[in-house]
Amino acid sequence: MLRIECPWCGVRNEDEFSYGGDATLERPSDDDSIEAWSRFVHTRKNPAGKHTEHWQHVNGCRAWIVVERNTLTHEIYSTAPASPILPAGKKSTRGLNT
Amino acid sequence: MHYSGLSLVKQALTGNRGWTRAWRNPDPKKQYDVIIIGGGGHGLATAYYLAKLHGITNVAVLEKGYVGGGNTGRNTTIIRSNYMLNANSQFYEHSMKLWEGLSQDLNYNVMFSQRGILNLIHTDAQRDAFARRGNAMLLNGVDAVMHDAEGVKKLMPHLDFSQNTRFPIQGGLAQPRGGTARHDAVAWGYARGADQLGVDIIQQCEVTGIKRDGDKVLGVETSRGFIGAGQVGVAVAGNSSKVFDMVGMKLPIESHVLQAFVTEGIKPLVDTVCTFGAGHFYISQSDKGGLVFGGDLDGYNTYAQRGNLPTFNHVVAGGVTMMPCLSRLRVLRQWGGVMDMSMDGSPIIGKTAIDNLYMNGGWCYGGFKATPGSGWVFADTIANDKPHNLNKDFTLERFREGYPLDENGAGASPNAH
Repeated sequence: MLRIECPWCGVRNEDEFSYGGDATLERPSDDDSIEAWSRFVHTRKNPAGKHTEHWQHVNGCRAWIVVERNTLTHEIYSTAPASPILPAGKKSTRGLNT
Repeated sequence: MHYSGLSLVKQALTGNRGWTRAWRNPDPKKQYDVIIIGGGGHGLATAYYLAKLHGITNVAVLEKGYVGGGNTGRNTTIIRSNYMLNANSQFYEHSMKLWEGLSQDLNYNVMFSQRGILNLIHTDAQRDAFARRGNAMLLNGVDAVMHDAEGVKKLMPHLDFSQNTRFPIQGGLAQPRGGTARHDAVAWGYARGADQLGVDIIQQCEVTGIKRDGDKVLGVETSRGFIGAGQVGVAVAGNSSKVFDMVGMKLPIESHVLQAFVTEGIKPLVDTVCTFGAGHFYISQSDKGGLVFGGDLDGYNTYAQRGNLPTFNHVVAGGVTMMPCLSRLRVLRQWGGVMDMSMDGSPIIGKTAIDNLYMNGGWCYGGFKATPGSGWVFADTIANDKPHNLNKDFTLERFREGYPLDENGAGASPNAH
């Protein structure tokens, strides 16, 4: 059982969460190349070791969070709210309200 | 040593002291024509068919652990070719035909048992979808039979047929030629067959790097030194991303763990492979009597060959809903295998951007049944330096080009197929 610390709700069991995959992918701009878009949609680093990933506390506060976890040992290093993962000064391009 | 009834009698009469090793344990040579990375079923089958069908015998199979110790020994041994899309259907049917002659071909009993596979139907929409799949199978020359609930009851009388359950059983789509095989025997049979044809099977030899000169691979760095190669084939599903990272290639793959379970041995109860259509659960019975079953992925990236309890609970809930008599059985063993989950649920077999480097991976959770076909087409691809007609659609480029083989229509997703 993974025990994931939601920044808002505290430590909870993994079955309260759903997995959202690699959190380091950056969405290309709409007019970027087919290659860039294909990389974003299909290609993954898939590291053996530290992986930065999205989870949603779907059976809790429903917030998206970013988890740093080891894919070999399942050790969780850190959890944080999802929004500050964007580099400083960069606006979110996700969703409709940008 | 040829295995036969006569050899059995002869050994029995001489105290079974004359059996020899099934394959040699050679030291690696300095150079091979072809190196296959990965000594699982797929890699060993590739080496076997390279030697047998293409006359390429200066071949080494490099395995970091022991033969068949990865996913070949960590699956639920189900064999089927009940696919809808042409490329999948034709490839898996080719594999099925190889299964049907495999024990004779290898002179090794892989215990292939065509006990059939039955996919249950619980809704009208599912019946439509399964009828469509069944018709697609028939058009591709694959056997398929639609059953109503009465027909299912004859095959699997102990399922929950009540109308009170949330998703009552309405029928099922069967492939009578589907079944199971002894997974370890498949690896051992191919290893022995390849070895007899001159292939070196080198265990405890981990590939740590791939040496290149521009766009050409020169050989591999291993835990037992550098080994040169004219061509290198990679068949390491579960770890494809790690190996291709050595040449700076990123793949449309995530590694996920799939668990499987075995109960205590019981008298014959399940004489076919049966899958639940209202959840994700599949079950068969081994020759030792244990019920072998599994379900969903744990659902997050992992290279750990073990899963967690929530998925176990979920799988068992599905199983007990489908077949309530399971509830009092004890689970004896549980294991996890690391799956190459591709973005469309179909494998990748073919050439790569590097001239003499070939890829065989992305098997998701369906690699075992593909073992003979996978080795057969991969050997052909390496021998002729171009994909065979049966694997020409399983390219890496299909994702960018917009020709995914998305059997489930689930879109670009590594864990929804």
